[in-house]
Amino acid sequence: MSRLDVRKTYKLFIGGAFPRSESGHSYVVDDVRGRFVANAALASRKDARDAVAAARKAFPGWSGRTAYNRGQVVYRIAEVMEDRRPQFVQAVRQGEGGTAATAEKELDAAIDRLVWYAGWADKIAQVVGNANPVAGPFFNLSTPEPTGVVAVVAPAESSLLGLVSVVAPVIVTGNTVVVAASAQRPLPAVTFAEVLATSDVPGGVVNILTGALDRTIPTLASHMDVNAIDLTGLAGDPEQGRALEVAAAENLKRVRRAPSAEPDWDADPGLDRMTDFLETKTVWHPIGV
Amino acid sequence: MVFEYAPAPESRAIVDIKPSYGLFVNGEFVDAHGPSFKSISPSTEEVLAEVAEADEADVDLAVKAARRAHSRVWGQMPGRERAKYLFRIARIIQERGRELAVLESIDNGKPIKETRDVDVPIAAAHFFYYAGWADKLEYSGHGTGSIGVAGQVIPWNFPLLMLSWKIAPALACGNTVVLKPAETTPLTALLFAEICQQADLPPGVVNIVTGAGETGRAVVSHPDVDKVAFTGSTEVGKAIARAVAGSDKRVTLELGGKAANIVFDDAPLDQAVEGIVNGIFFNQGHVCCAGSRLLVQESVADEVLARLRRRMRTLRVGDPLDKNTDVGAINSAEQLAKIRALSEIGEQEGAERWSAPCELPDHGFWFPPTIFTGVTQAHRIAREEIFGPVLSVLTFRTPSEAIEKANNTPYGLSAGVWTEKGSRILKMANALRAGVVWANTFNKFDPSSPFGGYKESGYGREGGRHGLEAYLR
Repeated sequence: MSRLDVRKTYKLFIGGAFPRSESGHSYVVDDVRGRFVANAALASRKDARDAVAAARKAFPGWSGRTAYNRGQVVYRIAEVMEDRRPQFVQAVRQGEGGTAATAEKELDAAIDRLVWYAGWADKIAQVVGNANPVAGPFFNLSTPEPTGVVAVVAPAESSLLGLVSVVAPVIVTGNTVVVAASAQRPLPAVTFAEVLATSDVPGGVVNILTGALDRTIPTLASHMDVNAIDLTGLAGDPEQGRALEVAAAENLKRVRRAPSAEPDWDADPGLDRMTDFLETKTVWHPIGV
Repeated sequence: MVFEYAPAPESRAIVDIKPSYGLFVNGEFVDAHGPSFKSISPSTEEVLAEVAEADEADVDLAVKAARRAHSRVWGQMPGRERAKYLFRIARIIQERGRELAVLESIDNGKPIKETRDVDVPIAAAHFFYYAGWADKLEYSGHGTGSIGVAGQVIPWNFPLLMLSWKIAPALACGNTVVLKPAETTPLTALLFAEICQQADLPPGVVNIVTGAGETGRAVVSHPDVDKVAFTGSTEVGKAIARAVAGSDKRVTLELGGKAANIVFDDAPLDQAVEGIVNGIFFNQGHVCCAGSRLLVQESVADEVLARLRRRMRTLRVGDPLDKNTDVGAINSAEQLAKIRALSEIGEQEGAERWSAPCELPDHGFWFPPTIFTGVTQAHRIAREEIFGPVLSVLTFRTPSEAIEKANNTPYGLSAGVWTEKGSRILKMANALRAGVVWANTFNKFDPSSPFGGYKESGYGREGGRHGLEAYLR
């Protein structure tokens, strides 16, 4: 007689812990061929608010770390992902289909992207900051600072490379994030949460919600303690993007609008996923004796 | 023996205000479809001119002119040629500086010494600064391609200066503009239109449409406007953010503020008092980055307030054209009513009001420099932008308390810190969630220095290399 599987119910990732949805709801995640894979938590509005509270709580500590240290922490995520290659390959294949080779390639790219962004932590200020030659006896320096709590709607299709490509640039500069994972393909995000929990990322820096987007992202878009929102995951849904942008205007969130189609995640990322969630601070001081 | 000031009025003769003004579209002054409105002098309430009010159709014509100029002329022109037009404009602003300064004082109500020494020279400096960028954009880090037509709406507190913040970078990057000045202060923008003619700027590159809120709405929501730039209230900024939602329009918003000006016990107190006065009474407090919340360390609060009151007694309030005047007229009856209402609420909520004794003119809109003590964080005068010469004074004991109070606001435009201790300055500068931090100084502006807010003070930066980002792709 063959052994019966132990089926896993995936949970949310909030404040460094793995709670179930406070609503008690979960949903069935099928693989690309429609076969049952697992139950995942169906995040509620309250879960979204809890995630924002956790992200806010983590912000002073994370943004206050040295850039060097944040780079080390993000690099460590890449190291721990390497350790879990089979689990990620399986999760990607279940959601996206394809061969083991294509899933391996996506995983390689995701790990490499983390390494790439890790290196930016202590360079971005030098590239986008400025000493300003004002017409007077003043020291004048402009430096980037993280915007704060950023809500991210993760890509619907690219469930691992796309996810890493939207989360890494937001946190490496010192923001904290609440991610609404791909509703249809949440398993790489859940596995990613397990990586985060066992690496050096402080609790609350990354919070991951699974489940139907319409239950969580209107709450995130209108939440007065969220400073910015990235709508990348709504590619091709301009009407929902517009509605969320209207809600986001209530506290003037910085909005990265949804693209018309999901981006090519293999392309050079550029700086804009970092700079969209940075503020420029300019400090003046007189020069004298 | 008491020395009195003799009046030292700047002559109005240099300014030739026309009885009526049309819109500036495609290089010419044209009549508008709609009615006109009056621009008055806030210091005397005399009518200065009738100004055309642009309706949707007028704005459409202006946008079409800007689009044509962008696709046929300005967007194609080599940067080095665009640069020379901007240098020309900068020079003409300098050459006509006195005329612009007098006109600005008359139309806005601000003292001539401010228009002469701040508004006009910095406006010229902005054109000089961005002129030099026009042929160096490949080094900017923000691309080299123009965006297209920029719709720009500016406030009444620094009419010409805000115009220069908007137009200079837009033109340097190859964009064309449709700009709406504020309804109470349109005259220097219309004089600027003449300067564009004088500089032989190609028609349609700069279009000025005058009017009030409806005209502004038509500018920012016009479907062929690619980029919206707005400076003004947070309330209108939010409405603009909603209006452009779901479009491809790029937006920068420079909105309100409630800046903390933090004075530690080791600060050079006389300099700090000058900074406090400059922070809140400069430009009648009509400054989005005004230091409207004084946070003073408890141990020196009494001494700072005594020195502040003594200094406030010397402020001269009155005729904007008098070169001795420190504080001019409130810009409009509407703004005066708002300042009065919030001040009354301050008293009702239990704060103590004190104004420097001063004689206010019989005509025009005036409010004496005023401070409120005994203010708590819950008071409306500590939370809402008054946009007038009214300072709310709060105290603190520790640096962390100062940080917490300073950041306890939905705004995040500017902040001030006064202390002799360098490490404390840097700690405070890091901790304050504001786009501009002035340490041992306040209200300093320069075209090379980026300006703009955190949180509900808006997004995007104006000035410096950062200011190019909004106008390039």
